[in-house]
Amino acid sequence: MRIRFNLAGLKQIKWNEYLTRFLLGGAITVITGLIAKHFGPVVGGLFLAFPAIFPSGATLIEKHEREKKRRAGIPRTMRGRLAAALDARGAALGTLALAAFGALIWQLLPLYNAAVIFTGALALWLALAILMWRIRKLAC
Amino acid sequence: MELVERFLLGGLIVSAFAVVGEVVRPKSFAGLFGAAPSVALATLTLTLFTEGKHYAALEARSMIAGAFAFLGYTLACVYFMGRRHLRAAPTTVALLAVWGILALGFWSLFLR
Repeated sequence: MRIRFNLAGLKQIKWNEYLTRFLLGGAITVITGLIAKHFGPVVGGLFLAFPAIFPSGATLIEKHEREKKRRAGIPRTMRGRLAAALDARGAALGTLALAAFGALIWQLLPLYNAAVIFTGALALWLALAILMWRIRKLAC
Repeated sequence: MELVERFLLGGLIVSAFAVVGEVVRPKSFAGLFGAAPSVALATLTLTLFTEGKHYAALEARSMIAGAFAFLGYTLACVYFMGRRHLRAAPTTVALLAVWGILALGFWSLFLR
């Protein structure tokens, strides 16, 4: 199965759903900064991997799937919850890539150029995420 | 002013990752973007400018523990939504406590 882009997915999202994510993202970034300022970088750093956006994403997936089924004439379905669970399974793989992202920055940031390290860490996150997704696909 | 910058940068980066997550297919791959390093990227970038490289590196070290707590959280979500068929909104919010407990546990075991 190939990874592809489907721009039609953007039409499913309403402007208030974009706004919610923007506000949540901004809020958690501010809160993380305040926690780090108050409790120090060791405690503050934990919140760099806080699942702030995940609940809203999973809720939207369930809602969109339920609406799709309702339009197709199926009033009650588990499909939305299963789609949200599938999203969580994908995110579980993403967390391992997230740990690798953190490890690379922790080890190399003090030694090298920050822009290079951040770009490299992002590339590592994406590469590992794709690799783990492909391995899981092969195993299933 | 710094808080406003944090808010705007965090909101923008998180929204950008969310948009990419909406357009990539298949859905099982799009799920990976639920654990994208969006908040980390925004926070570490700002920390770098305000506190320096070593402070940001310390935050990144703790982030590894946070990521494993996130893994426990997502596995709990898979179980309760996929097997127990509970609704996404209350389940994903209530289970944030699992993240908190695991993060606290990892912090006291490995980071304190």
